[in-house]
Amino acid sequence: MSEVKEITEKLKPKDFSTDQDVRWCPGCGDYSILKQVQSVMPDLGHKKEDIVFISGIGCSSRFPYYMETYGMHSIHGRATAIASGLKISRPELSVWIVTGDGDALSIGGNHLIHLIRRNLDVNILLFNNEIYGLTKGQYSPTSPEGKITKSTPMGSVDHPFNPLKLCLGADSTFIARTMDRDPKHQREVLHKGSQHVGTSMIEIYQNCNVFNDGAFEVFTDKSTKAEETLFLEQDEPLIFGKEADKGIWLDGSQPKVVSLADVSKNDLWVHNENDKFKAQLLTTFFDNPAEPEHLPRPFGVFYSEDRYRYEDAVEDQIKEAIDKKGKGNLDEILSGKNVWTVD
Amino acid sequence: MAKELEEKKEVTIVFAGDSGDGIQLTGTQFTNTNALFGNDISTFPNYPAEIRAPQGTVAGVSGFQLQFGSIEISTPGDTCDVLVAMNAAAFKVNFASLKKHGTVIVNTDGFSARNLKLAGYESNPLEDHTLDDYRTIQIDVTKMTRSALVDSGMGKKEIDRSRNMFVLGFLYYMYNRNLKGTEEFIKQKFAGKPELIDANIRVLKAGYNFGDTSEIFTSRYNVKAAQLKKGKYRNIMGNQATALGLIAASQKSGLDLFYGSYPITPASDILHELARHKNFGVKTFQAEDEIAAVCSVIGASFGGKLGVTASSGPGIALKGEALGLGMILELPMVVINVQRGGPSTGLPTKTEQADLLQAAYGRNGEAPIPIVAAKSPSDCFDAAYEACKIAIEHMTPVLFLSDGYIANGSEPWKFPQSNKLKEIKPKAAKKEGDYLPYKRDENLVRDWAIPGQKGLEHRIGGLEKEAETGNVSYDPQNHEEMVRVRAEKVAKISNSVPDASIDFGPEKGDLLVLGWGSTFGVIKTAVKDLNEEGLAVSHLHLRNLLPFPNKLAEVLQNFKKVIIPEMNNGQLLSMIRDEFLIDAKGINKIQGVPFSTQEIKAAIKENIATL
Ligand code: SF4
Repeated sequence: MSEVKEITEKLKPKDFSTDQDVRWCPGCGDYSILKQVQSVMPDLGHKKEDIVFISGIGCSSRFPYYMETYGMHSIHGRATAIASGLKISRPELSVWIVTGDGDALSIGGNHLIHLIRRNLDVNILLFNNEIYGLTKGQYSPTSPEGKITKSTPMGSVDHPFNPLKLCLGADSTFIARTMDRDPKHQREVLHKGSQHVGTSMIEIYQNCNVFNDGAFEVFTDKSTKAEETLFLEQDEPLIFGKEADKGIWLDGSQPKVVSLADVSKNDLWVHNENDKFKAQLLTTFFDNPAEPEHLPRPFGVFYSEDRYRYEDAVEDQIKEAIDKKGKGNLDEILSGKNVWTVD
Repeated sequence: MAKELEEKKEVTIVFAGDSGDGIQLTGTQFTNTNALFGNDISTFPNYPAEIRAPQGTVAGVSGFQLQFGSIEISTPGDTCDVLVAMNAAAFKVNFASLKKHGTVIVNTDGFSARNLKLAGYESNPLEDHTLDDYRTIQIDVTKMTRSALVDSGMGKKEIDRSRNMFVLGFLYYMYNRNLKGTEEFIKQKFAGKPELIDANIRVLKAGYNFGDTSEIFTSRYNVKAAQLKKGKYRNIMGNQATALGLIAASQKSGLDLFYGSYPITPASDILHELARHKNFGVKTFQAEDEIAAVCSVIGASFGGKLGVTASSGPGIALKGEALGLGMILELPMVVINVQRGGPSTGLPTKTEQADLLQAAYGRNGEAPIPIVAAKSPSDCFDAAYEACKIAIEHMTPVLFLSDGYIANGSEPWKFPQSNKLKEIKPKAAKKEGDYLPYKRDENLVRDWAIPGQKGLEHRIGGLEKEAETGNVSYDPQNHEEMVRVRAEKVAKISNSVPDASIDFGPEKGDLLVLGWGSTFGVIKTAVKDLNEEGLAVSHLHLRNLLPFPNKLAEVLQNFKKVIIPEMNNGQLLSMIRDEFLIDAKGINKIQGVPFSTQEIKAAIKENIATL
């Protein structure tokens, strides 16, 4: 490990930026994410040449062009499938998938859930802006019901996905949420995700200021953030509010917002990211903030679990096969067992 | 009772029964025994699409045809000398392919009133005049099997499952073969279940002894070993040969094999075979769908491995977009299409050559991908090996075409020694110096830098790229240049494969039969026969269909007429007419079954007559 440290210590965030002009719209949330990713990279313990960024199609998917690592900008929805093949064949690499709500959850939905259940050790950065930006503003699978867009002039009749709930349903071993407007929190979550052994799903609320400006404003704006968000800390009670005066109390299996004036801190729900049942409940904190009586939206690591990695199991079988049969001998399988000679 | 041995040069047998009757196993065992004995042999399994179609019906009939001989055998035979029918439906489906005066061996138990009704017979063909001109051997196989195992303590159902062994034993007697190979097979197959080993061997022997003791034969038949080229042989099926070709290419190139695929008939056996060879470092990945399969291969290839995926027509259609990506990225990968009858789901268990145009043109944009096609079961090895070699040395996806006929068929294979296989040299990027991902060598091939190589970090993608740097470029001139250079790179592959040349027959003449893929054997047999009959007709087989081999234009010009037999509606025909502007004629059969030699011969004669 010390050797790796020595090399990575020399790297700086700017060592991870390329000579390509960044082409997102001015003010796009993607800029902040790029910056945070570049700034955590030197601390993650990987050599630059061992890092690969793979993306699909969409605004976010331009990302690899801006990272001075190995990278591939692929086709719509398939980054997860391409990354799977890469990671299975090269388990030692640090593989990052950059995707969006359309790319990951619509056209690429199938690959996403299968990658997650296999638990390949890759990091997924899901830039969720609740809109199709690159194709200029159609509703996406995360757009809320009734969303008016170019393709839904009378409002969307689609019920949206709750991405983290979907991932947990696919037996995700790591789910977390962060936002473009909170760089520090983003860096923390990126760091935790990268340290997780297995598939880390990091949903990032990202503002598309051109086609869906302000979609997450209640969570990101100073004036409402404290009341509308719930930042998860391991072993800490769930407390939120401007004055840190509210908490989440579990009434049986029913989460309720309580005032700390009424309920003692010691009685509040204490966050435990290894508790799957509670994580499932947390993913259901998905209310429309416009509704009265809604729960705050959680950010941070919801859930983390140790489970074997697909690529390790594949390697183990190869080792086992070699132990049993010896390293493959080409001439032996070419001839097979039933040979006859013609002279 | 000693019986005379009558010499036969070649014999065609069809085994047919319900799909649960173990017909494929019986056929395979009979094949292996004769192959080991030294016959030349060619097989053609023909099974229904439904795993368990209603018992006793025509839809549920499974067949296995083989031709074996002491002479060169290139096809499983047009018509059969012997038809083994386990029930009335099997008889009905296959009777038409029996030669006049041929032999029918029937299991009489399969001709009950119920069976006859299920098969749609009004009267029993064993009792009316249907078989007047044939030799019929009627055996109650069910009864014989049950009495052989009467004291085995096994249930009726279980006992009946070994009926096929009785038939097999009977045929071994009829063709003077010993039981050793099949006994060994039974011991392996039922390892750990001594009662099943014992039962199956007992029934096998009972069948053999029945032949010996019954008064059925006045003579037995002897098919001597064939005069094949000197060397060591084994029997091999097409899909198995494909798998071995991939492993061999992996070993020779030093690149681990990554095989990503999704189950589909008739390609799945390649996955099954490869999954057995993990000790070669082979990683098999059963993906969630066809698209994931091909994409995982792109990922593995980007990671520096030999990435291969396989499917059949419908699956290849799903892979189309990713193939375009592989093409524009210029990464080596092999995509196998074991063709079956189409369009759509079509005829999944039947054979066809109807995906050639899909392979050549089935992508958006200008996206040429080299095509290599196998001509016979054992040739799948060479063709798969060549596909890998082209992919790796020319940094391109390659489409490898096989089909259901050769994938499941088998033949003796004079297998190569590993040190005699051609070298495969990956285009690895040098460690020093500036790396330009799309800088090209004299063959227009780029260098391959893989993650882990320090200082060669780079990004590639599906957007049009600037020449040399690979940076995204929307420049109009650059796009045209890149489209042309990618096409030229593929075109230059013809310099690395053998020139076109006549396979058989005169170099110049009236008629050339041009073929590709699995029609090879039948065209070869037809052309040879007709040359022996005194007709001047030639055969040229194409393995490389994109690009075509060099000198093809010259060869085609040497003939007054070119005919192209294909199991499709004229696909190579279109490509040849398009590229060479000649008035070639198509001979087309689109029935899900291969051509017979007779059909090809008749077409040749007709075309010669109208010259
Ligand atoms: S369209 Fe939206 S998401 Fe895309 S770059 Fe512009 S602001 Fe960002």
